[in-house]
Amino acid sequence: MAFDLADQVAGVATLAGPLRRQLYVYVVEQGRPVSRAAAAAAVGVPRTVAAFHLDRLVGAGLLEVAYGRTGVRRGPGAGRPAKLYRRAAREHRLSLPPRAYELAARLLAQAVDRAGADRVLYEVAEQDGALAGRRLKPSLDAADPLERAAAVLARCGYEPAEQEGRLRLCNCPFHEVSQSPERPLVCGMNLAWLTGVLRALGATDLEVRLDPQPGSCCVAISKSKIH
Amino acid sequence: MAVVSRAALPVAGLGCHLAQLNVGRLQAPIDSPLIADFVAWLQPINALADASPGFVWRLQTEAGDATAVRAFNDERVIINLSVWESLEALWDFVYVSRHLDALRRRREWFDRMAGAYAALWWLPAGTVPTVEEAVRRLSLLQREGPGPEAFTFKAPFPPASRPRQATSYPS
Repeated sequence: MAFDLADQVAGVATLAGPLRRQLYVYVVEQGRPVSRAAAAAAVGVPRTVAAFHLDRLVGAGLLEVAYGRTGVRRGPGAGRPAKLYRRAAREHRLSLPPRAYELAARLLAQAVDRAGADRVLYEVAEQDGALAGRRLKPSLDAADPLERAAAVLARCGYEPAEQEGRLRLCNCPFHEVSQSPERPLVCGMNLAWLTGVLRALGATDLEVRLDPQPGSCCVAISKSKIH
Repeated sequence: MAVVSRAALPVAGLGCHLAQLNVGRLQAPIDSPLIADFVAWLQPINALADASPGFVWRLQTEAGDATAVRAFNDERVIINLSVWESLEALWDFVYVSRHLDALRRRREWFDRMAGAYAALWWLPAGTVPTVEEAVRRLSLLQREGPGPEAFTFKAPFPPASRPRQATSYPS
């Protein structure tokens, strides 16, 4: 555990201005590296203004630069690779007073593992998910079950992205604990929690299953195949 | 102390491969209906391993898996023994593939194990471990905790600067 207030504040403080926040949110929501031109257009500012703010966000460790091609042309004559921006991998956390929930999570996960209490964990998680789903249900507008699920998942930090009738979850809210050997427990817990949430939303025709891909949450949600 | 994660895994040295042994005690005989889902997954998960980047070798009988191998006196204890090009390759198969779902459900099929049930160690590329060697490594891990001769994902060790003398060769 290392609590360095200046370091923690530095990253987050860069997001103080609304324009910077808009640019940051835009980059993150695209789920892939974007050019300053695209960001500028999306937010409605000149390219130079966007560039200035994007580079400040890179300096603060909130975004990273990637070089790539935005157009279709490849090979000689396609031009220099464009400077693109994407969310930085580094996690930024600011908690006042200091909190260390991921240490608690790691210790609890190891204890559950040692005790062989996997299924107790999944049961607890599913019940809690159902509670959470019941609480969030009244605030949902959409009728389509996949859209309702996406709205709830967005609120819970999963960053859902719809792809051909399936939801991919682009962020793992438990990332650090899921990179440990207790990963099966953490992902099983996650699966159970989301199953509970969706059950509470009445989404009986949605299928929730484990489908791990590098860089995103292990769970995929899709409409059940019609039998 | 840094949290052990995939990003922090030691790199395989030139000429080194990674061997792994994991053991589990089935809660019922392998032909019991309770174990049916596990048995149904053997072939697809083994095929997944075979096709995974960095997979080198796995112990199997003519049945195509290792469930007939008895490395211990207990009829219910089954093992997996395999070789990979790196820790990352093994990690990706174990935790970032459909294998993760099997791990999620392990308590439906396997007893809780007191003590270490999985050991990792480095060996010269082009060699494969014997079951006896693998059991020796796991015992070492259980007795002495993780070290350069037998370790875990949680406490990994890099290969020694010179690959050790091989103890067995592929048939």
